Amino acid sequence: MRRFRPLAGAVSAVWLLLLMMLSVAAAKERLVVSLSNQRVSINSVFSGATLVLFGAIEREGAAPKRRFGYDIVAIVTGPRQSLLTLRKDRVIGIWVNVESRTFLDVPSYLAILANRPFNQIAKPAVLHKLKVGFDKTILTQRIGPDFADVVHKDSFRQAFLRLQGERKLYLESENAVTFLAPTLFRASVPLPAEALVGSYAVEVLLFAEGEMIARTTSAFEISKVGFERFVVVAAQDYGLLYGIVAVMMALTTGWLASIVFRRD
Amino acid sequence: MEIYLPIADLPVNVFLVFAMGLAVGFISGMFGIGGGFLMTPLLIFIGVSPAVSVATVATHIAASSFSGALLYWRRRALDLALALMLLVGGIVGTALGVWLFTLLRSIGQLDLVIALAYVILLCSVGSAMIVESVRAILRRRRGEIQDVRRPGSHTWVHGLPIKVRFKQSRLYISVIPVWVIGFAMGFLGAIMGIGGGFILVPLLIYVLRVPTNVVIGTSLVLTLMTMATATVLHAVTNHLVDALLALILMLGGVTGAQFGAQAGQRMHSERLRLLLGLLIFAVGLRFAINLFVTPADLYSFRILEGQQ
Repeated sequence: MRRFRPLAGAVSAVWLLLLMMLSVAAAKERLVVSLSNQRVSINSVFSGATLVLFGAIEREGAAPKRRFGYDIVAIVTGPRQSLLTLRKDRVIGIWVNVESRTFLDVPSYLAILANRPFNQIAKPAVLHKLKVGFDKTILTQRIGPDFADVVHKDSFRQAFLRLQGERKLYLESENAVTFLAPTLFRASVPLPAEALVGSYAVEVLLFAEGEMIARTTSAFEISKVGFERFVVVAAQDYGLLYGIVAVMMALTTGWLASIVFRRD
Repeated sequence: MEIYLPIADLPVNVFLVFAMGLAVGFISGMFGIGGGFLMTPLLIFIGVSPAVSVATVATHIAASSFSGALLYWRRRALDLALALMLLVGGIVGTALGVWLFTLLRSIGQLDLVIALAYVILLCSVGSAMIVESVRAILRRRRGEIQDVRRPGSHTWVHGLPIKVRFKQSRLYISVIPVWVIGFAMGFLGAIMGIGGGFILVPLLIYVLRVPTNVVIGTSLVLTLMTMATATVLHAVTNHLVDALLALILMLGGVTGAQFGAQAGQRMHSERLRLLLGLLIFAVGLRFAINLFVTPADLYSFRILEGQQ
C-alpha cells in the first residue's frame, strides 16, 4: 500500500498550479491561415491571378469574450526592389526631369487588406507600430547622401504610391477581408500580371478591442514555368547563344517570308 | 488573345503586336528603312520598358530588313560592296555611340538628349525631304527634264582621295565620305536606338549620288548587319531581347515589308520621298509636342537595373 508523501504532493501541487497558469496564458486566440495557392505559375497565358487567403480564429482555453468581435489585417509584401522616381519641370519652355529620388529596397508589391477602416480597428500608435496603412509603411529614400523615410506628405512619396497604385502593385483596401462567421474569414489578394517573380510574404494580424492579440505569417511564390522559364534561363545564362539564335530566327523568318511572298 | 512575354514581363495582345509589326513592316519595306524610330516608341507606348523595346526592336528590324533585302537582291537593286564599306565606319561609330550612351546615362539626362536628338534630327531630315521632293514633283509637272546623273553632279565630296569603284551604283568615289556616313549611322543608332535608314537613304542619294533604285536595297543590307550585331550585343550584355515579342513583331513585319517593298517599287521616287519626309516630320513633331506640352503626370519611375 502506498504511503502518502507530503513532499511529492507539494511538488505536484506546484506543477498543477504552473500548468494552470500556462493554460490561462494559453487561453487566448490563435490564428490559423491558409492560402489557396502556395505557388503562382507564370505561363504564356498568365494575365494576373487572385489568391484567396482563408483563416480561422481558434479560441483556446477560456479565451475572453470579445464584445466587439475580431478584426483582421493582412499585409502581403512582394520581393524588394529599388526604384528611381523622377519629377519633370519646365526649363526654358521644355519639360525636363529636374529632380530624382531613389526608393531603396521597397516592396515591389504591397497589399494591406482589412475588414474595416484601419482607424476603427486600432489607435494610430498601434497601427504605426505594425505598419498598417501606406502612410505608416517605411519607404526608404536616398536624398543626396542621406537615407531616410520622409514625412508621408512628401510629394515624391505620394507620387510613388500613386504610380504603384495605378499599376495595381500597391493596394490598400479596408473591405477586402470578409468574415464568413465570427471566427472565420477570407480575403482576396489580387496579383496583377506585372507582379514580380519571387517570394511574397503574407502577415496576418488579429485585432480585438483595439489591440493586436495574435499574428501569423505565410508565404507564396510567383515563378515562371514551362516556355516562359526556358526563355528566361536561356537569356540569362546563355546570352551569346540566345542572341545568335534570335538572329537566326530573324533571318529564317525574313527568308521564309521572301519565299512565301515571292511573286516573280 | 493575350500572351505573356517572358522577358518584357507583361501580357500583350498578340493581334495588336502583330498589327504593329505589319504596319511598321509595310513602311520599312516601302522606304527601305528599318522602322526602329516608329517601332520603339510604339512598344514603349504599350507598356514595354524602353530597354527591352530597343533590344527587341533590333531583332525585329533584322528580320524585316533581311526579307526586304532579299527582294532587292533578286532584282539586283542593291550594292553589296557599298554596304560593306559603310559597315566599316558603322562599327566604329557604334562603339563610340555606346560609350557616349553610358556617359549620358551616368549624368542622368539621357532621356532628354534622346528626345532632343529625335526632334532635331527627324524634323530637319523630314522637312528637307519634303521640300526637296515637292520641288522634284513640281519640276516633273512642268515637264522639265528629270534629274539625269551628269558628271557635273559630282560634288567636292567625290573628289576626296582613296577612290573606289562601286560597280552596282556606277560610282567611282572616295571611301572617306562613305566611312563618315557609316560612322554617323552607327553612332546615331547606338544613341537613339534606331537603324538610321531614314537618314542613310537621303545621305546616299544627295551626298554620294547613289542611284535611287540601288539606295533602298543597300540601306536594307546595312540595317540588317548593324541590327543583327546589335541583337547579339544586347543579348550578351543586358539579356533584354524578348524573343517571343520579337517573333510576333517580325512575323507581322516581314509580311508587311513584302507588300511595302512592292508598293514602293510601283511609286515615283519623288512621291515616295515626300511620303517618307512627311512621316519622319510627323514623328519628330510628336516628340517635340511631348517636350513642350505639360505632361499628364510630372512623375515617372523606373526600376534600377540589377535590383530585381
